[in-house]
Amino acid sequence: MQIFEYNGSALVAMVGKNCFAIASDRRLGVQLQTIATDFQKIYKIHEKLFIGLSGLATDAQTLYQRLVFRHKLYQLREERDMKPETFASLVSAILYEKRFGPYFCQPVIAGLGDEDKPFICTMDSIGAKELAKDFVVAGTASESLYGACESMFKPDMDAEELFETISQALLSSVDRDCLSGWGGHVYVVTPTEVTERILKGRMD
Amino acid sequence: MESVFGLVGKDFAIVAADSSAVHSILVHKTNEDKIMILDSHKLMGASGETGDRAQFTEYIQKNVALYQFRNGIPLTTAAAANFTRGELATALRKNPYMVNIIMAGYDKDIGPSIYFIDYIASLHKLDKAAFGYGSYFALSMMDRHYRKDMIVEEAIDLVDKIIMEIRSRLVVAPPNFVIKIVDKDGAREYAWRESIKDAPVPGV
Repeated sequence: MQIFEYNGSALVAMVGKNCFAIASDRRLGVQLQTIATDFQKIYKIHEKLFIGLSGLATDAQTLYQRLVFRHKLYQLREERDMKPETFASLVSAILYEKRFGPYFCQPVIAGLGDEDKPFICTMDSIGAKELAKDFVVAGTASESLYGACESMFKPDMDAEELFETISQALLSSVDRDCLSGWGGHVYVVTPTEVTERILKGRMD
Repeated sequence: MESVFGLVGKDFAIVAADSSAVHSILVHKTNEDKIMILDSHKLMGASGETGDRAQFTEYIQKNVALYQFRNGIPLTTAAAANFTRGELATALRKNPYMVNIIMAGYDKDIGPSIYFIDYIASLHKLDKAAFGYGSYFALSMMDRHYRKDMIVEEAIDLVDKIIMEIRSRLVVAPPNFVIKIVDKDGAREYAWRESIKDAPVPGV
């Protein structure tokens, strides 16, 4: 029994022109059995910062609660929101704290930093950060996602085109993974607005 | 293996559980009540390791009562579910409770709700949920026959269909089930479905 494949997940984030998109599947499973088809894997930290958590659902929930706690404290002390780069370092530190008893999660972080410059990164379950300029992927469908994103991605896409691209990449990848899918959840974030959409895909 | 399942109706929630207490090949008793009434409007059906189940459900019940004593108002179902998840998550990496839980409750302004909490503390709010080998039959029957806003008679009819399916198709099928309901009038036992009665204790 592989612990990273216990619940099933697919996450992807992409950078566009002054915007980013982050998308996840919606399945919550217990190995071969599907429990729910509306499970949330992407969480908002603040208006311009989102984190997706793949891997074991219980650890994703625990980790999310700890991160929200830390961010709220930061907001109280600093009287401002955290920059995405800072948040990524915080997540990395929290994961490495548990180096010899880790959270079985792989986070995908996406945000708009200084001057609304898009920032994305992913890390492994012990906090090894992986910055990228184009896209990052995580979850049981990550190998398919790498292939789909590599072929579909173009730099400097606007919000509409970015939404189309990330949606197609997500849906085609989860269709090849039995543990993820059952629809998609996409957030497209520009400096002025956040658009949340549910995708209808193959419900199997 | 123990079966617990639950579903949400029009303005009520139902939880049903089998009632055999089994130790290896021996059935200790067939009228074990595995659905704990937490307070006036909450139920917790639990399955798993017998000692953990009995101890953990009682622990949650007493803490729910303590909150009401201290604060003068009862916990909402969501709060009780999150508290339970927190206790399971904290114990997970020290001394895990092997207990799967379906928590049902009725809140005045929210209505009925059901929370699925598995033994590794993954929490999700659902309309229908099931645990154990019986879940393979229960979830499929519910996928076929469940509709939103069923009345009590329809829901009990579905529960009976599920019990029939478990009895006829599961090789080590539990003979007896208990059904409990929670609605605006409170949490209470609805019925037993017995096909084997324990031998009565002889009068002394």
